[in-house]
Amino acid sequence: METITKPVSLREHVVPIEAGEHVVGAFWLKQTLAFALADGRVLRWRDGKTESVEANRGGLLCAVSDGERLISGGDDGRVVATSADGEPEELALDPKRRWIDAVTVSSAGSLAWNTGRSVHARDDKGKLRSIEVASTPQGLVFAPKGYRLAIAQMNGVLLWYPNTEAKPDFLDWKGSHLEVTWSPDGRFVVSAMQENALHGWRLGDKPSHMRMTGYPAKPRSLSWSHDGLWLASSGADAAIVWPFQGDGPTGKAPRECGARHAKVTRVAFHPKALVLAIGYDDGCILMVRLTDASELLVRPAQRGSGITAFAWDKLGKRLAFGAEDGAAGVLTLPGG
Amino acid sequence: MSEKIPVTVLTGYLGAGKTTLLNRILTEDHGKKFAVIVNEFGETGIDGDLVVGADEEVFEMNNGCICCTVRGDLIRILDGLMKRKGKFDAIIVETTGLADPAPVAQTFFVDQDVGDATKLDAVVTVTDAKWLQDRLKDAPEAKNQIAFADVIILNKTDLVSVEGLAEVEAAIRAINPYAKLHKTTRCDLPIAELLDRNAFDLDRILDIEPDFLEAGHHHHHSDEIRSMSFTLPGDVDPDKFMPWINDISQVQGPNILRSKGILAFKDEPRRFVFQGVHMILDGDLQRDWKAGEERNSRLVFIGRDLDEAALRKGFMACAA
Repeated sequence: METITKPVSLREHVVPIEAGEHVVGAFWLKQTLAFALADGRVLRWRDGKTESVEANRGGLLCAVSDGERLISGGDDGRVVATSADGEPEELALDPKRRWIDAVTVSSAGSLAWNTGRSVHARDDKGKLRSIEVASTPQGLVFAPKGYRLAIAQMNGVLLWYPNTEAKPDFLDWKGSHLEVTWSPDGRFVVSAMQENALHGWRLGDKPSHMRMTGYPAKPRSLSWSHDGLWLASSGADAAIVWPFQGDGPTGKAPRECGARHAKVTRVAFHPKALVLAIGYDDGCILMVRLTDASELLVRPAQRGSGITAFAWDKLGKRLAFGAEDGAAGVLTLPGG
Repeated sequence: MSEKIPVTVLTGYLGAGKTTLLNRILTEDHGKKFAVIVNEFGETGIDGDLVVGADEEVFEMNNGCICCTVRGDLIRILDGLMKRKGKFDAIIVETTGLADPAPVAQTFFVDQDVGDATKLDAVVTVTDAKWLQDRLKDAPEAKNQIAFADVIILNKTDLVSVEGLAEVEAAIRAINPYAKLHKTTRCDLPIAELLDRNAFDLDRILDIEPDFLEAGHHHHHSDEIRSMSFTLPGDVDPDKFMPWINDISQVQGPNILRSKGILAFKDEPRRFVFQGVHMILDGDLQRDWKAGEERNSRLVFIGRDLDEAALRKGFMACAA
């Protein structure tokens, strides 16, 4: 096989989109691409046409999607759902209008968000439960199956069954836990920490710890491979990909993909193949195949245009991205 | 890279006049837009400015440094604000009357994302001329806030006599003779005296001469927090000094609130300047010593229970 020194370029397959504001998140709502923007708007793009609606007043801080709606939280203390068409719909309002720092949604349609140190969960039937935690959480995620919520906070991660009276389980580890993710098979919970590390727990009667350290920056973007066997992370000058086969990454070295002289800010695994999209703080985007480490260039470096958001469509034919300076775009993979 | 956003930290004991000062800053016609992080959300509401409520979530970094406490809420809020660059020119962080300013200051040195996007400009402490003496006796926080300050506003001076004012001023100077001191009645001072101080900028640590009152040394032994400065005539041996200052910072860091120094290293034409907050030291070689400028090495510590004689001896032993 020939050695390729310069990555093959997919640049000509990228359609640029002018989002105009820092992109907080990008999501496919079927054929419509929705960008959550820091100024509170949601920009909808479909077949080359764009329109924007105001979702949160003042500023938008966090956004997720269930594939039907983009759900955002903002400065105005509101949780808002924006669909592919029509006006945004308010789902919740904090009477004190505190910032909504974190929001998450489950595949079954359950929703969770925070207002200060209170975390609220609403199940698919609309039943609302709340819990007070020790510090304002920034990371919330539902278990892949069942109505259980992981809450990243100071000194650990709380696992809460909102619809039972059972005492929540606390996975403790000293330090500040910022983001949290649950493995697709439900066996592992992994947090991203202030202390430039990931911390994982293998769940069970006695959860065991997994330390994943050595990052020069906070690994705030996490993505599981479609088979659930790999966890990719940002926070270094390459995407750090940990093996989660068997008992997890303890004692195993991670893969390093797409090493460059820039910091990785976003990672996103392809939904059907071991291909990882990697975004950097210098604006570059690479696509790396895990099996042979081959690289494809999606976007060359652009000063001040660090990558802040990725979204693969359901079939993995298109990759949307957004950047801190309001640049955005869609890559359509050739030959699909 | 784009300019870092300056951050001013506003401290002061309850009732000293922090809210008055904040309102003055926000309403005065200075053409600047602020993002303000307040601890009592809802009390200050100024149109056109971005006001955010904070919870003072202090935590210890899991990095083996026992006094490395930072403000998690501040990191989170600044991260949110930085997505809206261009919407404001400066940030003001108001702390509660009971807050320790150290975790706020340390946040700017310890968190890389915060340090990349913003810079700590100065710690401004508002004090109450009438009640400060009492607070210094019963509230360790009040003392910390003065010890930490770059700018001190001695407010409500109309409520005390001339002698009373002189006493309060002496009490402040016993703790911190280095801060800029302004005497006001309703925090009425030009805003320019508060903003763009660059107090944590190494290039601006030019003058660390204390501002002692009159003849200076009223040793108001204001309990245990006090300041001390040492001058070593001539050069210092960096191979002796660096291990010494690192050791002092590690061992006595919890008691050292702030430190500063300008040093003449042997065979080095440039001045070495450093500053510290507890265990965190930040230092660099700066401009050349000027012709005719005396190559003296000077150190300042403000802290609690510091052994002045031992520190002096240790520093003097670093002579080249």
